[in-house]
Amino acid sequence: MAPEAVLETVGLGVRYGETRVIEDISLTIPKRRVVAFIGPSGCGKSTLLRCFNRMNDLVPTARVTGQVLFRGRDLYAPGVEPADVRRAIGMVFQKPNPFPKSIFENIAFGLRINGFQDDIGDRVEASLRAAALWDEVNHRLDADALGLSAGQQQRLCIARALAVEPEVLLMDEPASALDPIATGRMEDLIGELRGDYTIVIVTHNMQQAARISDDTAFLYMGELVEYKETQRLFTNPEDERTEAYITGRRG
Amino acid sequence: MSPGAPRGGRFDTRLEARRRAGIRFMWLCRLAVAFGVASLVVLLVSLAADGLPALSFEFLTSYPSRFPERAGIRSAILGSAWMLALVAVMSFPLGVGAALYLEEYAPTNRFTTLLKTNIANLASVPSIVYGILGLAVFVRFLALERSLLAGAATLSLLVLPIVNIAAREAIRAVPDSLREAAYALGATRWQAIRHHVLPAAMPGILSGTILGLSRAGGETAPLLIIGALTFIAFDPLSPMDPFTALPIQIFNWTTDPRGEFHALAAGAIVVLLGVLLMMNAAAILIRNRFER
Amino acid sequence: MRKSEPGSASRHTRVGERLIGALLFASGALSIVATVGIVVVLLTESLGFFAEVSPVEFLAGTRWSPDLVPRSFGILPLVNGTFLVAAGAALIALPVGLATAIYLSEFASIRTKRTVKPALEILAGIPTVVYGYFAVILVTPVLRTLFPGVGVFNAASAAIVVGIMILPMVSSLSEDALSAVPGSLREAAYGVGATRFEVATRIVVPAGLPGIAASFILAISRAIAETIVVTLAAGATPGMTLDLLQSVQTMTAYIVQVSLGDAPSGSIEYRTLFAVGLLLFLITLALNLLSQRMTTRFRESFR
Repeated sequence: MAPEAVLETVGLGVRYGETRVIEDISLTIPKRRVVAFIGPSGCGKSTLLRCFNRMNDLVPTARVTGQVLFRGRDLYAPGVEPADVRRAIGMVFQKPNPFPKSIFENIAFGLRINGFQDDIGDRVEASLRAAALWDEVNHRLDADALGLSAGQQQRLCIARALAVEPEVLLMDEPASALDPIATGRMEDLIGELRGDYTIVIVTHNMQQAARISDDTAFLYMGELVEYKETQRLFTNPEDERTEAYITGRRG
Repeated sequence: MSPGAPRGGRFDTRLEARRRAGIRFMWLCRLAVAFGVASLVVLLVSLAADGLPALSFEFLTSYPSRFPERAGIRSAILGSAWMLALVAVMSFPLGVGAALYLEEYAPTNRFTTLLKTNIANLASVPSIVYGILGLAVFVRFLALERSLLAGAATLSLLVLPIVNIAAREAIRAVPDSLREAAYALGATRWQAIRHHVLPAAMPGILSGTILGLSRAGGETAPLLIIGALTFIAFDPLSPMDPFTALPIQIFNWTTDPRGEFHALAAGAIVVLLGVLLMMNAAAILIRNRFER
Repeated sequence: MRKSEPGSASRHTRVGERLIGALLFASGALSIVATVGIVVVLLTESLGFFAEVSPVEFLAGTRWSPDLVPRSFGILPLVNGTFLVAAGAALIALPVGLATAIYLSEFASIRTKRTVKPALEILAGIPTVVYGYFAVILVTPVLRTLFPGVGVFNAASAAIVVGIMILPMVSSLSEDALSAVPGSLREAAYGVGATRFEVATRIVVPAGLPGIAASFILAISRAIAETIVVTLAAGATPGMTLDLLQSVQTMTAYIVQVSLGDAPSGSIEYRTLFAVGLLLFLITLALNLLSQRMTTRFRESFR
């Protein structure tokens, strides 16, 4: 039985000005799976990730060709509001980027702009609990978010994304700015979220990909080289470029 | 223990309304931009319309007069030229010297910090206060009277922080490797500065000095305060002569109730703006030309 | 490395080196002399003034009549004129400047920026006397057509033109503040579904607020210190009016008036110039220091 596809790209290409960053990528992200994108820096894995919530729109010179389908609907079709896309497909960034506001307001922001009709306080609590941060901050929701540790800030950013009920979570090297202990907690949290969300994570850390993902895609020089179950990709790579990368012969 | 994902809330995203609010806001911002740009256009166009017809060889070479058809800006141009030359002679060595001291000699201590803070604050002292200082010190205490020298000394004080800050930036931009190379060849500190640091920093220093001079060329208030608003129908021949200057002449003609003089003011403004814009363009050219 | 004395030089060179060092130090120290000069000049002449007029009368009096008997030295009318013009100018320059900054930083294409920014720079480089001419020749006649009964001298004309004059300062410094807000915050806001408008007004502007406030304060300080436009356009009628269509006299315009009038050294009129100048100096100094402090705090917050 083929699992239901949440995201699908068809012949996707991205150019920044004259530079081709990714080319002709076609892949499917199945529902409620954790998919990792790996590859050397500059291979286009972050660019690919940013196509899923139209974050590339913010780069004036970026040109996207091909299709990105979210539940069968083309995200780049005319009339699609990027803001709508981004609420349904949340994102966590490389460096923790909480707003310079209180912990509470960091989460309430997305709720307010999106016209949340229920109790904001309840939802803030639920989001913080889901991001495993509630116990650490429940007594100081009014404190400045910038006073939290890096690991806590990154979990706050996850809570902020969860609050507006995304179906998909895009994570762009979410642990790269964290120490090993905070990284471990981040990976535990991803494990807790895996049943409820479809998660696409970019990482430069192969062990991390192996630990947390169901499927892994290896990108090289803007091209999708190999994409299969994580277990099989790491134990039995078909392409020699994949093998070279995962055995550390090419970094 | 997984507390589960927050789900099932009701959202009323009103995207269309938000999009429209964004567009309205953007047009409001565009209106603001248009206001600034339109102000400049109106100013330049009306100046050109009023001022260009006033320009003639006679206008540039005649002294001011009670009769608008005979009045010109000869003494104002000469006064401004004298003034800029004197300000350059005073502010360039002092401003660059202070910059060299602060960047190349000064130890890192509280006095140096005090000097730098002090210079930053002097740069924002109102020009009219420099005028008061000039009136008390140069005109009255040193008895320079209402001479070119008194005016130039006053404007030099005003321009010094500008020259100094620009020169310091230029000197800071010179890589340390250049100094070290000079020292390695046995140069003394001053030799390293004179033969290596200063030449490398010179484009930046010159461009900053020209910008400072263009500021001095347009200053009116300090000159008014030291009493330069006088009728000058002769060429200034020495720094001790009384003087007028283009901004003063413009001020004078603008205050005249007779409309004929307003056209003369516009003509003088066209000359003044032309000179200042050329100075600014020169400063930018020098900086771009020599910057790698 | 730079501070150490390298190489071994002859005695002759060493003397030369020390002489040059001393000269450079002297030119550096000149800035202190200038500051001390300003303070001493303003204070000594003001002390002479306050020997004759009590500071309370000066600071709290509401009638300014230094040459007409009965003389009166209440500076509030001049302060009122100054703040009336500055407030009017701020009313124009702050919103328009901030909106311009938001547009340039958050909305404008690179091409628009390339045309608008040089235009604003030219506007910033135009001498004040040209703005004064603009006020008298262009703005006042328009105001007089729109509002019959407006005098040849009025605060509104000065306020409008001073507003245009300080506009580039507000827009360029505010834009610097907005551009300093990290892009990661914009991405975060877009990431939860904010529109460009919401990112600009609810994230970027609040985050840049200390820097924006610093630019506002600096621009107001500049408007308070502005001399030529107010002298030419606002007139010489000290008064407590808040009516922008009336003629007022600012502190700076009064200073110009006295200095044009050839008051003899030591006379009370001559000394008022320094007392008014001292107050002006203190007000602008306080505003500039406040602005600097906010800028420093703003820069630290995004380190």
